[in-house]
Amino acid sequence: MNEIADILANPAFWAAVLRIATPLILGTLGVLLCERAGVLHLGIEGIMVAGALGGWLAVYHGASLWGGMACAAVVGALFGLLHAALTVGLALSQHVCGLGITLLATALSYFSYRLAFGQVSTPPTIQPFAPMAWLGIPVLDEQTAPTLLALVLVPLMGWLLMRTPLGLALRMVGENPQAAESQGVPVLRLRTGAIVAGSALMGMAGAFLTLSAFNAFYFNMVNGRGWICVALVVFASWRPGKALLGALLFAFFDALQLRLQQAGDAALPYQLYLMLPYALSILALVLVARKAAYPQALMKPYRKGER
Amino acid sequence: MRLERRTRSSPLAIAAASLGAVVFTLLVSAVLVAAAGAPVGRTYALLLQGGFGSVFAWSETLTRAVPLIFTGLAAAVAFRARLFNIGAEGQLYAGALAAVAVGGMHDGSGLDWPIWLLFPAMLAAAALAGALLLLGPALMKSRLGVDEVVTTLLLNFIVLLGVSALLDGPMKDPTAMGWPQSVALQDGLSLSQLWPQTRLHTGLIGGCALAAGLWLVLKRARLGFDIRAVGANSRAAAFAGVPVTRTVVLVAMLSGALAGLGGAVEVAGRTGYLTLDMSPGYGYTGIVIAMLAALHPLGVVAAAVFTAGVLVGADSMSRAIGVPSSIADVIVATSLLAVLVASLLAQYRIRLKG
Repeated sequence: MNEIADILANPAFWAAVLRIATPLILGTLGVLLCERAGVLHLGIEGIMVAGALGGWLAVYHGASLWGGMACAAVVGALFGLLHAALTVGLALSQHVCGLGITLLATALSYFSYRLAFGQVSTPPTIQPFAPMAWLGIPVLDEQTAPTLLALVLVPLMGWLLMRTPLGLALRMVGENPQAAESQGVPVLRLRTGAIVAGSALMGMAGAFLTLSAFNAFYFNMVNGRGWICVALVVFASWRPGKALLGALLFAFFDALQLRLQQAGDAALPYQLYLMLPYALSILALVLVARKAAYPQALMKPYRKGER
Repeated sequence: MRLERRTRSSPLAIAAASLGAVVFTLLVSAVLVAAAGAPVGRTYALLLQGGFGSVFAWSETLTRAVPLIFTGLAAAVAFRARLFNIGAEGQLYAGALAAVAVGGMHDGSGLDWPIWLLFPAMLAAAALAGALLLLGPALMKSRLGVDEVVTTLLLNFIVLLGVSALLDGPMKDPTAMGWPQSVALQDGLSLSQLWPQTRLHTGLIGGCALAAGLWLVLKRARLGFDIRAVGANSRAAAFAGVPVTRTVVLVAMLSGALAGLGGAVEVAGRTGYLTLDMSPGYGYTGIVIAMLAALHPLGVVAAAVFTAGVLVGADSMSRAIGVPSSIADVIVATSLLAVLVASLLAQYRIRLKG
């Protein structure tokens, strides 16, 4: 117990929590936007891989760091467009298309990486985002600018969804597309827009890994973070504020298990600590399940004139 | 643009759509091959040759197809009842773990049962482990309304970490020079070779038999009717007196058991012991295979052989010509999406002006 107290008193620990949470915040906001519009997006895991590679390749070839971020957003948006074409345009199964996009984006990324660098033993590196030491706020000044962006995006997304006519229309499309259509809301266009914008956020979430958390691209570096975002959206009951909370909570346990592993006297196998975040996600899902207010039209394809 | 349901889909349209999907996939992949600076025709020829071009290629392809048949069947039966089991990867490992727990040589000696009893016990343990693993998500889905996609996905990570912990600890083979691998199965539990000088084993026959059995169940048995009813519309099914919860739980047990059996067959047929790299994502590829087969059990066998051929062929092509072998996953993913679109186009026509 003393060990845990020591860990919690250390600002470096809280800096790590925020760092681990950043890609989860960006990815969760992306999934949340899609699901509010009524579309499940299981392509996130692959889009994060593609964003991580796309952003990093751009910087490696001389783009600025923000240029890399923009590049990752565009890569994400393109895959989002594909998901929208399949699930909104053609009303195909959202589960299966999402998994297909994850497989496709992951395979294309690994293919491109091998094409660009062959079988290199040590991956080439870039100069990543620098900490914002000029802020002078403890914990926050160890973060990089994309973390600040993610934190700003949370209230922005909340405002967009809850306080603007566009947000109202989006939520309507996710709850009852037939009614929205009869009110003159362009259902297909709004859903497509939400998926493209959400996928851009997922691409940026991946790029955070290569442009800020690490300085190179590794295989399997996304390692299930995308799936965690899908779980976090349910945990957050489709609310941006709670999504931030969930991402921080998850990152807290992830950072804690890392420290406990390092400090640990190996009484427990390290895998148990690694399991903790996943097990807690399932537990959280069970706990919120009773009052979970799913967008009513989630996972239901919408075809004009068909019920 | 709007979709309009065709009054009837002609067999010709369906065949043309599938052919179109294959051609589309080949075209997309050709762009990537060209980007890699390799001759497209020769690359495809090498891929085909590596997957299906010789007795050895066929034996490797069929060996790789065995676990894919099991995970493909697991996905197909679950998806038919709209139970989206994304957890076959974890169930595969759970089955393999149960198999070595029952049939392994612990401390140099294992269960002292005759082989005729031990072998079915090993398979039963594997099936049970896979089934129990999916039981939780299925109950959470039907009782609490927790989305099974997310829970089964997350369980994959938990199971793999659990297997990793066990292979580091209690299940570790002390004679493995510190390598995290399980104890070996007892002599006599290994599946016999199907073809001399190759790795192909009798698991293939087991997989095909299960596919045929599942096809019969879905076509003829009461359970098959219930599964289709629940999959089509669970509310209407409940209204018509179909026991929805019981059907979902039964499907979950069946699906998990199939994936778990796949793990046992992989251990008994190929390696003889369990390591963490037993599966390069067979559970996830099984979902693709089920979709390629339109959830038809016999189609699963064909789709598994096709996919395994692409994977095996890409490996050998990559060694020969240097195009990254990830091209195989691109081909599999593209064909999945293309087949989805093609099957839609066979049922609907697209009107540009609505």
